[in-house]
Amino acid sequence: MNITVNNKTVTYVENETMKDLLKRLKFTFPLVIVKIDGNHIPRDKYSDVKVPENADIQVIHMISGG
Amino acid sequence: MVIIPMDGNDKSQKIASILSTKTVGIAGAGGLGSNVAVSLARSGINHLVIVDFDLVEESNLNRQYYFLSQIGKEKVKALQDNIKQINPHTSCSIINKKLTKGSMWKPFTHVDVVVEALDSAETKTQFIEEIMHHLPNTPIVAASGVAGIGNSDRIVTKQIGNLHMVYDEHAFSSDDDVLLAPKVCLMANWQANIVLELLVGDTL
Repeated sequence: MNITVNNKTVTYVENETMKDLLKRLKFTFPLVIVKIDGNHIPRDKYSDVKVPENADIQVIHMISGG
Repeated sequence: MVIIPMDGNDKSQKIASILSTKTVGIAGAGGLGSNVAVSLARSGINHLVIVDFDLVEESNLNRQYYFLSQIGKEKVKALQDNIKQINPHTSCSIINKKLTKGSMWKPFTHVDVVVEALDSAETKTQFIEEIMHHLPNTPIVAASGVAGIGNSDRIVTKQIGNLHMVYDEHAFSSDDDVLLAPKVCLMANWQANIVLELLVGDTL
């Protein structure tokens, strides 16, 4: 079973939260914008939201500068 | 009112006529915001709401739309002055204030599109989340990864619902790389181009 993160295939882990997934993929800095299957997930929900099977996840890393 | 002398063809007139009714909010008047504002004023936008708390410094002039004579002035005031000299039909509401967590969205309740033109990753993220939460119907045009030189081909537009992100995912933080006019202005004008697309859309 897999999920897709930024168009790359990643192994699905049962009951994994968004927070755990970001940690597993080493998105360690919390400054990201995340969507699962097109829906934006607010940062304060990362510990609550479980990553579903076959999820299509986009993670945008916010980088300083302006 | 037709804002800017255009070449008189139908498409130009239609764009001018649409933009002459539109308001765009700009959070931050630094490298991104000052250049977005000027580009939109040149295009004939009716009104801008610009928020920044900073003063113009000499070190800003390598990328921001200010002049040597404006050093020490409030950025929002200096930018309003510059826009007046380019297109007096673009009016500006200027707010000389630091956006603070929890109320960052408030100046932008009545804009058609909001531009994220802030500096630190933390502030950018917070701003985007507040707009998405409090103003879910307002499109946001943001930028991430403006530091560095070259690599223009890495820049893409990422869309998540109402968020349109001008994005170079491999760029370094501005803490570790240079901020210079070519890439900053490129991404600022990329933002402005998305704003026009959102405002004019497929009405032509």
